[in-house]
Amino acid sequence: MYNDKVMDHFFNPRNVGELENPDGVGQVGNPVCGDTMRITLKIKDNRIEDIKFRTFGCGAAIATSSMVTELVKGLTLEEALEVSNKQVAESLGGLPPQKLHCSNLAAEAVHAAIQDYYKKQGLVVSDDNGSSHDHSTHDHSVDDESSEE
Amino acid sequence: MSSQPNAQRQVYLDHSATTPVRPEVLAAMLPYFAGKFGNASSIHRWGYEAREAINDAREKVASLIGASPSEILFTSGGTEADNLAIRGVAHARRSRGNHLITSQIEHHAVLHTFEVLQKEGFEVTFLPCDKYGLIDPDDVRKAIRKDTILVSIMHGQNEVGTVEPIKEIGEIAREHGALFHSDAVQSAGKIPIDVKELNVDLLTLSSHKIYGPKGVGALYVTKGVRLTPQVTGGAHERRMRAGTENVPGIVGFGEACRLAKAELPEESARLTKLRDKLIEGLLNEIPDVVLNGHPVLRLPHNVNVSVKYLEGESILLNLDRMGVAASSGSACTSGSLEPSHVLLAMGLSHETTHGSLRFSLGMSNTEEDINYVLEILPPIVEKLRAMSPLGPGSVL
Repeated sequence: MYNDKVMDHFFNPRNVGELENPDGVGQVGNPVCGDTMRITLKIKDNRIEDIKFRTFGCGAAIATSSMVTELVKGLTLEEALEVSNKQVAESLGGLPPQKLHCSNLAAEAVHAAIQDYYKKQGLVVSDDNGSSHDHSTHDHSVDDESSEE
Repeated sequence: MSSQPNAQRQVYLDHSATTPVRPEVLAAMLPYFAGKFGNASSIHRWGYEAREAINDAREKVASLIGASPSEILFTSGGTEADNLAIRGVAHARRSRGNHLITSQIEHHAVLHTFEVLQKEGFEVTFLPCDKYGLIDPDDVRKAIRKDTILVSIMHGQNEVGTVEPIKEIGEIAREHGALFHSDAVQSAGKIPIDVKELNVDLLTLSSHKIYGPKGVGALYVTKGVRLTPQVTGGAHERRMRAGTENVPGIVGFGEACRLAKAELPEESARLTKLRDKLIEGLLNEIPDVVLNGHPVLRLPHNVNVSVKYLEGESILLNLDRMGVAASSGSACTSGSLEPSHVLLAMGLSHETTHGSLRFSLGMSNTEEDINYVLEILPPIVEKLRAMSPLGPGSVL
């Protein structure tokens, strides 16, 4: 079902936990749907200095959370906002098709944490690539734009 | 999902999904693949040989449930038997009435068949259950009408193991002139079944849940009940189900039923003991675990619990790595992204449904297996909970 890389991130997740006094906190998903991710960030000189996650969810939810923390650590905030859910799945070598929509929210959680940081700094941000769609009301039957052969 | 570097034993606890074919069953089947390969409809020695083997198997299947051999129809499995019973009765009795009764916690083979009939214009009542997964016979009494032609309520619930009061429900159906069908795929061979005593007109059985081969099942149809065939063709199975008989499969199913009947009292008591040990261990060893299903009116081989603040698949993957096979009612493991309709009907929250685990015991399981699960599961839960943003103090 899952490839070796996904299983590696699932069984040996990177950056698990919660940072104390975080500069930004992002939480997406909804336990009703079966997935909730919480990201905490430390930001220094416009870069993600440290990042940790907590996730309630399936194997894909945990693996994508772990993967995204590796992908964005050390990036500038602008660069991190460019990282998409699709890229996270690709970095893991792909996910089963049924997991792409529901369990692939990790990048959104990072974006939400960055938005939270901007808000705390009193910065106004455009909404085009940052904020997450409302996962709590999404319809599972609506297909994702992500592609998987 | 195949690497199990840390597995100290292999513990299969998914017998409600399927069981291995027993060696005795396999031995009984083998002659019927190549040597005794005849078509049971043929008028020659090869044909007679196959016919005789089917007759013998029919007797064994009938004997497991207190039926006559002539009341057993072989099918390709439980799903086909459910389809034949429900559609077959609905279509044959349409002139007598348009109302059907079932429950919200049936297997999909039953539930989706009723949904199709609903689209065809039948009126279907889907009865609720209580928090233990029990259907109240009084609800059947309230729902049943003059134009009710069929009531279908399962015997042993496949996910949570609750044993339904089908004797009482069958009696109500009979009083009102409706036929009564019960899916006994999970209960047959596990608890005693006597179709006459249980007031059942139609009963579904499956071979591969009781150590027989996959691809074969049966429908008990009480004498005098007419069905509209759903598979048409030749005159097989009293013209109720066309198609050359799966002789090796039927022979294996017969042998599996014979063994199940012979061993039932002892094996049922043994499994009940293991079941209760596992339930008690899970509730005592792991905080925030709740039992799903009825504590007493329960199949001897079913354990179903919810591990709060966790999602089932993440637990199953960890169990698999340690050599333990189980299942979950979580959305992520259903293939449809929908969590268990059974647990939701019992009133569990979505979160608790996602964290459900089913362990279904069988012949191969020992006390050591139970001890092993109770040893490895608590640290798995602890590790995953440390990762979860949910918890007792969670504001979510």
